[in-house]
Amino acid sequence: MTSWDRFTDSFFNARVAAEYLPKIIDGFWLTIALALCIIATGLTAGLALAVIRSFSIRPLNWLIIFVVDLFRALPPLVIIALLYFGLPSAGLTMDGFTATWLSLSFVLMAFTEEIFWAGITAVPRGQWEAARSTGLGFLPTLGHVVLPQAIRMTIPPLTNRTIAITKGTALGSVVAVSEILGAAQAGVSFSFNPTPLTLGALAYVVLFVPVVIFGRWIETRFAWKR
Amino acid sequence: MAAPIVAATGIHKHFGALHVLKNVDLLVAERELVFVIGPSGSGKSTLLRCLNRLEEPSGGSIIVDGIDMLARSTDINKARQRIGMVFQQFNLYPHMTALGNVMLALRKVQGKDKTEAEARARAALARVDLADRAEHFPGQLSGGQQQRVAIARAIALEPRVMLFDEPTSALDPELVGGVLQAMRELRESGMTMVVVSHEMAFARAAADRVVFMADGQVVEQGPPASVFGNPQHERTRAFIGQIERH
Repeated sequence: MTSWDRFTDSFFNARVAAEYLPKIIDGFWLTIALALCIIATGLTAGLALAVIRSFSIRPLNWLIIFVVDLFRALPPLVIIALLYFGLPSAGLTMDGFTATWLSLSFVLMAFTEEIFWAGITAVPRGQWEAARSTGLGFLPTLGHVVLPQAIRMTIPPLTNRTIAITKGTALGSVVAVSEILGAAQAGVSFSFNPTPLTLGALAYVVLFVPVVIFGRWIETRFAWKR
Repeated sequence: MAAPIVAATGIHKHFGALHVLKNVDLLVAERELVFVIGPSGSGKSTLLRCLNRLEEPSGGSIIVDGIDMLARSTDINKARQRIGMVFQQFNLYPHMTALGNVMLALRKVQGKDKTEAEARARAALARVDLADRAEHFPGQLSGGQQQRVAIARAIALEPRVMLFDEPTSALDPELVGGVLQAMRELRESGMTMVVVSHEMAFARAAADRVVFMADGQVVEQGPPASVFGNPQHERTRAFIGQIERH
Protein backbone atom coordinates (compact mmCIF):
# COMPACT_ATOMS: atom_id res chain seq x y z
CA MET A 1 0.00 0.00 0.00
CA THR A 2 1.50 3.32 -1.06
CA SER A 3 1.18 6.35 1.16
CA TRP A 4 -1.29 7.87 -1.34
CA ASP A 5 -3.47 4.77 -1.00
CA ARG A 6 -3.19 5.02 2.77
CA PHE A 7 -4.27 8.69 2.54
CA THR A 8 -7.32 8.03 0.36
CA ASP A 9 -8.19 4.95 2.40
CA SER A 10 -8.17 7.13 5.53
CA PHE A 11 -10.00 10.21 4.35
CA PHE A 12 -12.00 9.09 1.30
CA ASN A 13 -12.92 5.53 2.17
CA ALA A 14 -16.00 4.73 0.08
CA ARG A 15 -17.18 1.86 2.27
CA VAL A 16 -16.95 3.88 5.48
CA ALA A 17 -18.50 6.89 3.74
CA ALA A 18 -21.49 4.85 2.58
CA GLU A 19 -21.94 3.40 6.05
CA TYR A 20 -21.85 6.71 7.93
CA LEU A 21 -23.42 9.06 5.37
CA PRO A 22 -26.94 8.57 6.80
CA LYS A 23 -25.69 9.50 10.27
CA ILE A 24 -23.98 12.61 8.91
CA ILE A 25 -27.20 13.56 7.08
CA ASP A 26 -29.12 13.17 10.34
CA GLY A 27 -26.49 15.39 11.95
CA PHE A 28 -26.89 17.86 9.09
CA TRP A 29 -30.60 18.32 9.83
CA LEU A 30 -29.95 18.51 13.55
CA THR A 31 -27.38 21.26 12.97
CA ILE A 32 -29.92 23.18 10.89
CA ALA A 33 -32.60 22.78 13.56
CA LEU A 34 -30.19 23.85 16.30
CA ALA A 35 -28.95 26.82 14.28
CA LEU A 36 -32.49 28.00 13.50
CA CYS A 37 -33.46 27.78 17.17
CA ILE A 38 -30.38 29.79 18.16
CA ILE A 39 -30.98 32.44 15.50
CA ALA A 40 -34.66 32.78 16.44
CA THR A 41 -34.12 33.18 20.18
CA GLY A 42 -30.75 34.96 20.01
CA LEU A 43 -31.83 37.67 17.57
CA THR A 44 -35.21 38.18 19.25
CA ALA A 45 -33.69 38.44 22.72
CA GLY A 46 -30.93 40.75 21.44
CA LEU A 47 -33.46 43.05 19.77
CA ALA A 48 -35.66 43.01 22.86
CA LEU A 49 -32.74 44.00 25.10
CA ALA A 50 -31.76 46.82 22.73
CA VAL A 51 -35.35 48.11 22.73
CA ILE A 52 -35.53 47.95 26.53
CA ARG A 53 -32.20 49.76 26.69
CA SER A 54 -33.60 52.60 24.56
CA PHE A 55 -36.02 53.46 27.39
CA SER A 56 -32.94 54.67 29.32
CA ILE A 57 -33.98 53.24 32.70
CA ARG A 58 -30.66 53.43 34.43
CA PRO A 59 -30.59 50.37 36.76
CA LEU A 60 -32.07 48.25 33.98
CA ASN A 61 -29.43 49.44 31.52
CA TRP A 62 -26.63 48.64 33.97
CA LEU A 63 -28.04 45.12 34.25
CA ILE A 64 -28.27 44.76 30.45
CA ILE A 65 -24.70 45.99 29.98
CA PHE A 66 -23.45 43.61 32.68
CA VAL A 67 -25.22 40.57 31.17
CA VAL A 68 -24.15 41.48 27.64
CA ASP A 69 -20.51 41.99 28.62
CA LEU A 70 -20.53 38.73 30.59
CA PHE A 71 -21.74 36.66 27.65
CA ARG A 72 -19.41 38.42 25.25
CA ALA A 73 -16.48 37.67 27.53
CA LEU A 74 -17.17 33.99 28.30
CA PRO A 75 -16.07 31.38 25.75
CA PRO A 76 -19.26 29.68 24.46
CA LEU A 77 -17.85 26.25 25.35
CA VAL A 78 -17.54 27.31 28.98
CA ILE A 79 -21.19 28.35 29.06
CA ILE A 80 -22.25 25.05 27.50
CA ALA A 81 -20.18 23.10 30.02
CA LEU A 82 -21.59 25.12 32.92
CA LEU A 83 -25.17 24.47 31.85
CA TYR A 84 -24.66 20.80 30.95
CA PHE A 85 -22.19 19.62 33.60
CA GLY A 86 -22.70 22.28 36.27
CA LEU A 87 -26.45 22.70 36.58
CA PRO A 88 -27.23 19.04 37.45
CA SER A 89 -25.42 19.50 40.76
CA ALA A 90 -27.93 22.30 41.42
CA GLY A 91 -30.70 19.80 40.70
CA LEU A 92 -31.40 21.04 37.17
CA THR A 93 -30.57 18.77 34.28
CA MET A 94 -30.87 19.56 30.62
CA ASP A 95 -29.98 17.62 27.51
CA GLY A 96 -27.08 18.59 25.30
CA PHE A 97 -29.32 20.13 22.65
CA THR A 98 -30.98 22.46 25.17
CA ALA A 99 -27.66 23.37 26.78
CA THR A 100 -26.09 24.22 23.43
CA TRP A 101 -29.18 26.06 22.21
CA LEU A 102 -29.43 28.17 25.38
CA SER A 103 -25.71 28.91 25.59
CA LEU A 104 -25.31 30.01 22.00
CA SER A 105 -28.59 31.96 22.20
CA PHE A 106 -27.18 33.92 25.14
CA VAL A 107 -23.99 34.63 23.23
CA LEU A 108 -25.85 35.67 20.08
CA MET A 109 -28.22 37.78 22.20
CA ALA A 110 -25.28 39.58 23.79
CA PHE A 111 -23.57 40.40 20.51
CA THR A 112 -26.74 41.36 18.65
CA GLU A 113 -27.91 43.59 21.51
CA GLU A 114 -24.71 45.58 21.10
CA ILE A 115 -25.13 45.67 17.30
CA PHE A 116 -28.79 46.72 17.45
CA TRP A 117 -27.99 49.29 20.13
CA ALA A 118 -25.20 50.76 18.00
CA GLY A 119 -27.69 50.94 15.12
CA ILE A 120 -30.35 52.66 17.23
CA THR A 121 -27.90 55.28 18.51
CA ALA A 122 -26.58 55.84 14.97
CA VAL A 123 -30.00 57.00 13.75
CA PRO A 124 -29.84 60.82 13.82
CA ARG A 125 -31.73 62.59 16.62
CA GLY A 126 -33.59 64.57 13.96
CA GLN A 127 -35.43 61.40 12.94
CA TRP A 128 -36.82 61.05 16.48
CA GLU A 129 -37.70 64.74 16.60
CA ALA A 130 -39.44 64.76 13.23
CA ALA A 131 -41.56 61.74 14.14
CA ARG A 132 -42.34 62.96 17.65
CA SER A 133 -43.28 66.41 16.29
CA THR A 134 -46.05 64.78 14.24
CA GLY A 135 -47.51 63.29 17.40
CA LEU A 136 -46.03 59.82 17.02
CA GLY A 137 -45.31 58.28 20.45
CA PHE A 138 -42.02 56.82 21.66
CA LEU A 139 -42.70 53.19 20.74
CA PRO A 140 -44.31 53.88 17.32
CA THR A 141 -41.36 56.16 16.51
CA LEU A 142 -38.97 53.40 17.51
CA GLY A 143 -40.91 50.80 15.52
CA HIS A 144 -41.73 52.70 12.34
CA VAL A 145 -38.89 55.20 12.02
CA VAL A 146 -35.82 54.27 14.06
CA LEU A 147 -35.61 50.47 14.05
CA PRO A 148 -36.11 50.03 10.28
CA GLN A 149 -33.12 52.34 9.74
CA ALA A 150 -31.10 50.83 12.58
CA ILE A 151 -31.66 47.29 11.32
CA ARG A 152 -30.67 48.17 7.77
CA MET A 153 -27.44 49.70 9.02
CA THR A 154 -26.67 46.64 11.11
CA ILE A 155 -27.41 43.92 8.54
CA PRO A 156 -23.73 43.32 7.61
CA PRO A 157 -22.36 42.92 11.19
CA LEU A 158 -25.51 41.03 12.11
CA THR A 159 -25.13 38.43 9.35
CA ASN A 160 -21.44 38.01 10.15
CA ARG A 161 -22.12 37.47 13.83
CA THR A 162 -25.05 35.15 13.17
CA ILE A 163 -22.94 32.97 10.88
CA ALA A 164 -20.11 32.89 13.42
CA ILE A 165 -22.41 31.85 16.27
CA THR A 166 -24.30 29.21 14.28
CA LYS A 167 -21.00 27.58 13.35
CA GLY A 168 -20.58 27.20 17.11
CA THR A 169 -23.25 24.49 16.96
CA ALA A 170 -20.24 22.17 16.46
CA LEU A 171 -19.52 22.74 20.16
CA GLY A 172 -22.62 20.67 20.85
CA SER A 173 -20.51 17.59 20.01
CA VAL A 174 -18.86 18.03 23.42
CA VAL A 175 -22.17 17.50 25.22
CA ALA A 176 -23.37 14.51 23.18
CA VAL A 177 -25.42 16.37 20.60
CA SER A 178 -25.12 14.33 17.41
CA GLU A 179 -25.08 17.33 15.11
CA ILE A 180 -22.68 17.16 12.15
CA LEU A 181 -19.41 17.10 14.12
CA GLY A 182 -20.83 14.88 16.83
CA ALA A 183 -22.08 12.36 14.27
CA ALA A 184 -18.74 12.49 12.43
CA GLN A 185 -16.69 11.91 15.56
CA ALA A 186 -18.89 9.00 16.56
CA GLY A 187 -18.37 7.59 13.07
CA VAL A 188 -14.60 7.92 13.44
CA SER A 189 -14.64 6.11 16.79
CA PHE A 190 -16.71 3.22 15.48
CA SER A 191 -14.95 2.77 12.14
CA PHE A 192 -11.37 3.60 13.23
CA ASN A 193 -11.29 5.69 10.04
CA PRO A 194 -11.43 9.53 9.68
CA THR A 195 -13.59 9.47 6.52
CA PRO A 196 -16.73 10.54 8.48
CA LEU A 197 -14.84 13.73 9.37
CA THR A 198 -14.37 14.41 5.67
CA LEU A 199 -18.10 13.94 5.22
CA GLY A 200 -18.71 16.27 8.14
CA ALA A 201 -16.50 18.96 6.64
CA LEU A 202 -18.38 18.57 3.36
CA ALA A 203 -21.69 18.87 5.19
CA TYR A 204 -20.55 22.15 6.80
CA VAL A 205 -19.53 23.47 3.40
CA VAL A 206 -22.89 22.48 1.89
CA LEU A 207 -24.68 24.15 4.79
CA PHE A 208 -22.72 27.35 5.28
CA VAL A 209 -21.62 28.39 1.79
CA PRO A 210 -25.26 29.11 0.84
CA VAL A 211 -25.71 30.91 4.17
CA VAL A 212 -22.70 33.13 3.43
CA ILE A 213 -24.03 33.81 -0.09
CA PHE A 214 -27.46 34.55 1.36
CA GLY A 215 -25.81 36.97 3.80
CA ARG A 216 -24.16 38.78 0.92
CA TRP A 217 -27.46 38.95 -0.98
CA ILE A 218 -29.32 40.32 2.02
CA GLU A 219 -26.66 43.03 2.45
CA THR A 220 -27.21 44.32 -1.09
CA ARG A 221 -30.96 43.82 -0.86
CA PHE A 222 -31.18 46.15 2.12
CA ALA A 223 -28.98 48.90 0.71
CA TRP A 224 -30.74 52.28 0.37
CA LYS A 225 -32.64 52.89 -2.81
CA ARG A 226 -31.08 55.90 -4.48
CA MET B 1 -54.53 91.54 19.56
CA ALA B 2 -57.23 88.89 19.68
CA ALA B 3 -56.67 85.95 22.00
CA PRO B 4 -53.31 84.58 20.88
CA ILE B 5 -53.17 81.06 19.45
CA VAL B 6 -49.63 80.69 20.80
CA ALA B 7 -48.95 82.17 24.21
CA ALA B 8 -45.52 81.44 25.60
CA THR B 9 -44.84 83.49 28.70
CA GLY B 10 -41.93 83.71 31.08
CA ILE B 11 -40.00 80.95 29.30
CA HIS B 12 -36.70 79.95 30.84
CA LYS B 13 -34.39 77.27 29.57
CA HIS B 14 -31.19 76.07 31.17
CA PHE B 15 -28.72 73.67 29.57
CA GLY B 16 -26.71 72.77 32.64
CA ALA B 17 -25.04 76.03 33.72
CA LEU B 18 -26.04 77.71 30.46
CA HIS B 19 -29.07 80.00 30.68
CA VAL B 20 -30.23 80.11 27.04
CA LEU B 21 -33.75 81.54 27.46
CA LYS B 22 -34.25 84.28 30.03
CA ASN B 23 -37.87 85.06 30.70
CA VAL B 24 -38.99 85.13 27.07
CA ASP B 25 -42.56 85.98 26.04
CA LEU B 26 -43.89 85.15 22.60
CA LEU B 27 -47.53 85.77 21.69
CA VAL B 28 -48.74 84.88 18.23
CA ALA B 29 -52.20 85.78 16.90
CA GLU B 30 -54.16 83.53 14.63
CA ARG B 31 -53.12 83.87 10.95
CA GLU B 32 -50.07 85.84 11.98
CA LEU B 33 -46.62 85.21 10.49
CA VAL B 34 -43.94 85.93 13.06
CA PHE B 35 -40.30 85.97 12.07
CA VAL B 36 -37.75 85.32 14.79
CA ILE B 37 -34.26 86.57 13.97
CA GLY B 38 -31.08 86.98 15.91
CA PRO B 39 -27.42 85.95 16.06
CA SER B 40 -26.62 82.27 16.46
CA GLY B 41 -26.78 81.25 20.09
CA SER B 42 -29.48 83.82 20.82
CA GLY B 43 -31.90 81.02 21.76
CA LYS B 44 -34.35 81.46 18.88
CA SER B 45 -34.32 77.78 17.82
CA THR B 46 -34.56 76.68 21.44
CA LEU B 47 -37.60 78.92 21.90
CA LEU B 48 -39.23 77.41 18.81
CA ARG B 49 -38.49 73.87 20.03
CA CYS B 50 -40.01 74.68 23.41
CA LEU B 51 -43.33 75.54 21.75
CA ASN B 52 -44.01 71.87 20.86
CA ARG B 53 -41.92 70.61 23.79
CA LEU B 54 -39.18 69.01 21.74
CA GLU B 55 -37.21 70.98 24.29
CA GLU B 56 -38.47 70.94 27.86
CA PRO B 57 -38.59 74.52 29.20
CA SER B 58 -37.12 74.97 32.68
CA GLY B 59 -39.90 77.38 33.54
CA GLY B 60 -42.78 79.40 32.18
CA SER B 61 -46.07 78.64 30.54
CA ILE B 62 -46.95 77.61 26.98
CA ILE B 63 -50.53 77.61 25.73
CA VAL B 64 -51.10 76.57 22.11
CA ASP B 65 -54.61 76.62 20.69
CA GLY B 66 -56.00 76.57 24.23
CA ILE B 67 -53.91 73.58 25.33
CA ASP B 68 -51.50 73.92 28.22
CA MET B 69 -48.45 72.28 26.66
CA LEU B 70 -46.61 71.91 29.97
CA ALA B 71 -49.46 70.46 32.01
CA ARG B 72 -48.93 66.96 33.28
CA SER B 73 -52.42 65.97 32.16
CA THR B 74 -51.88 67.10 28.56
CA ASP B 75 -51.56 64.31 26.00
CA ILE B 76 -48.48 65.68 24.30
CA ASN B 77 -48.84 63.44 21.23
CA LYS B 78 -52.35 64.74 20.70
CA ALA B 79 -51.29 68.35 21.22
CA ARG B 80 -48.38 68.05 18.80
CA GLN B 81 -50.73 67.21 15.94
CA ARG B 82 -51.90 70.84 16.08
CA ILE B 83 -48.34 72.10 15.71
CA GLY B 84 -46.49 71.27 12.50
CA MET B 85 -42.73 71.55 12.50
CA VAL B 86 -40.19 71.87 9.70
CA PHE B 87 -36.51 71.35 10.45
CA GLN B 88 -33.29 72.74 9.06
CA GLN B 89 -32.10 69.26 8.07
CA PHE B 90 -35.52 68.18 6.67
CA ASN B 91 -35.38 64.93 8.70
CA LEU B 92 -37.32 62.91 6.17
CA TYR B 93 -37.47 59.18 6.87
CA PRO B 94 -34.96 57.79 4.34
CA HIS B 95 -36.56 54.33 4.21
CA MET B 96 -39.93 55.64 3.05
CA THR B 97 -41.07 57.32 -0.15
CA ALA B 98 -42.27 60.92 -0.10
CA LEU B 99 -45.81 59.55 0.09
CA GLY B 100 -44.84 57.19 2.92
CA ASN B 101 -43.26 60.07 4.85
CA VAL B 102 -46.47 62.09 4.64
CA MET B 103 -48.75 59.11 5.32
CA LEU B 104 -47.04 57.75 8.45
CA ALA B 105 -48.60 60.08 11.02
CA LEU B 106 -51.93 60.16 9.17
CA ARG B 107 -52.08 56.38 9.57
CA LYS B 108 -50.39 55.77 12.91
CA VAL B 109 -51.32 58.94 14.82
CA GLN B 110 -54.65 59.97 13.35
CA GLY B 111 -55.69 56.39 12.56
CA LYS B 112 -56.92 57.14 9.07
CA ASP B 113 -57.47 54.16 6.78
CA LYS B 114 -55.08 53.64 3.91
CA THR B 115 -57.28 55.15 1.19
CA GLU B 116 -58.03 58.33 3.09
CA ALA B 117 -54.46 58.74 4.34
CA GLU B 118 -53.15 58.35 0.82
CA ALA B 119 -55.64 60.86 -0.60
CA ARG B 120 -54.71 63.42 2.06
CA ALA B 121 -50.99 62.77 1.60
CA ARG B 122 -51.23 63.22 -2.17
CA ALA B 123 -53.20 66.44 -1.68
CA ALA B 124 -50.52 67.74 0.71
CA LEU B 125 -47.76 66.85 -1.76
CA ALA B 126 -49.71 68.63 -4.52
CA ARG B 127 -49.85 71.75 -2.35
CA VAL B 128 -46.05 71.89 -2.26
CA ASP B 129 -45.97 71.16 -6.00
CA LEU B 130 -44.55 67.64 -5.65
CA ALA B 131 -47.48 65.49 -6.80
CA ASP B 132 -45.20 63.84 -9.36
CA ARG B 133 -42.54 62.92 -6.77
CA ALA B 134 -44.77 60.90 -4.44
CA GLU B 135 -43.05 57.58 -5.15
CA HIS B 136 -39.50 58.96 -4.83
CA PHE B 137 -37.30 58.23 -1.84
CA PRO B 138 -35.68 61.21 -0.06
CA GLY B 139 -32.29 60.21 -1.45
CA GLN B 140 -33.68 60.68 -4.96
CA LEU B 141 -34.89 64.23 -4.28
CA SER B 142 -33.03 67.56 -4.17
CA GLY B 143 -32.70 69.35 -0.84
CA GLY B 144 -35.40 71.80 -1.82
CA GLN B 145 -37.78 69.01 -2.78
CA GLN B 146 -37.01 67.17 0.47
CA GLN B 147 -37.85 70.27 2.48
CA ARG B 148 -41.13 70.64 0.60
CA VAL B 149 -41.97 67.00 1.38
CA ALA B 150 -41.25 67.84 5.03
CA ILE B 151 -43.69 70.76 4.78
CA ALA B 152 -46.28 68.43 3.23
CA ARG B 153 -45.69 65.92 6.05
CA ALA B 154 -46.50 68.64 8.58
CA ILE B 155 -49.50 70.27 6.86
CA ALA B 156 -51.15 66.94 6.04
CA LEU B 157 -52.10 66.71 9.73
CA GLU B 158 -53.93 70.04 9.38
CA PRO B 159 -52.11 71.81 12.19
CA ARG B 160 -53.25 75.14 13.62
CA VAL B 161 -49.70 76.47 13.82
CA MET B 162 -46.58 75.80 11.77
CA LEU B 163 -43.06 76.15 13.18
CA PHE B 164 -40.13 76.57 10.79
CA ASP B 165 -36.64 76.09 12.21
CA GLU B 166 -34.24 77.64 9.68
CA PRO B 167 -36.01 75.87 6.80
CA THR B 168 -33.70 77.16 4.06
CA SER B 169 -30.34 77.26 5.86
CA ALA B 170 -29.19 73.87 4.60
CA LEU B 171 -30.18 74.55 0.99
CA ASP B 172 -28.17 75.63 -2.02
CA PRO B 173 -29.23 79.16 -3.00
CA GLU B 174 -30.99 78.07 -6.20
CA LEU B 175 -33.23 75.68 -4.21
CA VAL B 176 -34.42 78.23 -1.65
CA GLY B 177 -37.06 79.74 -3.95
CA GLY B 178 -39.24 76.65 -4.13
CA VAL B 179 -39.37 76.30 -0.35
CA LEU B 180 -40.19 79.98 0.15
CA GLN B 181 -42.89 79.64 -2.50
CA ALA B 182 -44.45 76.77 -0.55
CA MET B 183 -44.28 78.87 2.63
CA ARG B 184 -45.83 81.85 0.84
CA GLU B 185 -48.68 79.66 -0.38
CA LEU B 186 -49.20 78.43 3.16
CA ARG B 187 -49.21 81.98 4.46
CA GLU B 188 -51.81 83.02 1.89
CA SER B 189 -54.04 80.15 2.98
CA GLY B 190 -54.11 81.77 6.44
CA MET B 191 -51.77 79.47 8.35
CA THR B 192 -50.32 80.81 11.59
CA MET B 193 -46.55 80.56 11.26
CA VAL B 194 -43.52 81.09 13.47
CA VAL B 195 -40.36 81.16 11.39
CA VAL B 196 -36.77 81.18 12.59
CA SER B 197 -34.77 82.17 9.54
CA HIS B 198 -32.24 84.52 8.02
CA GLU B 199 -34.25 85.05 4.82
CA MET B 200 -34.56 88.79 5.37
CA ALA B 201 -36.10 89.52 1.98
CA PHE B 202 -38.85 86.99 2.71
CA ALA B 203 -39.35 88.48 6.17
CA ARG B 204 -39.74 91.97 4.73
CA ALA B 205 -42.22 90.76 2.14
CA ALA B 206 -44.31 88.30 4.13
CA ALA B 207 -43.90 88.74 7.90
CA ASP B 208 -46.46 90.55 10.05
CA ARG B 209 -44.00 90.94 12.86
CA VAL B 210 -40.28 90.48 13.37
CA VAL B 211 -38.92 89.45 16.76
CA PHE B 212 -35.24 90.11 17.36
CA MET B 213 -33.57 87.95 19.99
CA ALA B 214 -30.12 88.17 21.51
CA ASP B 215 -28.58 86.43 24.52
CA GLY B 216 -31.75 84.52 25.30
CA GLN B 217 -33.99 87.57 25.43
CA VAL B 218 -36.36 89.37 23.12
CA VAL B 219 -34.62 92.66 22.46
CA GLU B 220 -37.04 94.26 20.06
CA GLN B 221 -40.08 93.43 17.99
CA GLY B 222 -42.43 95.11 15.54
CA PRO B 223 -43.49 95.22 11.91
CA PRO B 224 -40.63 94.36 9.52
CA ALA B 225 -40.50 97.87 8.14
CA SER B 226 -39.71 99.35 11.56
CA VAL B 227 -37.41 96.59 12.85
CA PHE B 228 -35.38 96.55 9.63
CA GLY B 229 -35.77 100.20 8.69
CA ASN B 230 -35.59 101.89 12.06
CA PRO B 231 -34.21 99.55 14.74
CA GLN B 232 -34.39 101.04 18.21
CA HIS B 233 -31.69 99.02 19.98
CA GLU B 234 -27.98 99.02 19.44
CA ARG B 235 -27.83 95.21 19.20
CA THR B 236 -30.60 95.12 16.61
CA ARG B 237 -28.85 97.80 14.56
CA ALA B 238 -25.58 95.88 14.69
CA PHE B 239 -27.26 92.62 13.67
CA ILE B 240 -29.33 94.14 10.85
CA GLY B 241 -26.24 95.99 9.63
CA GLN B 242 -24.25 92.76 9.54
CA ILE B 243 -26.99 90.89 7.68
CA GLU B 244 -27.51 93.67 5.12
CA ARG B 245 -23.81 93.80 4.31
CA HIS B 246 -23.99 90.24 2.98
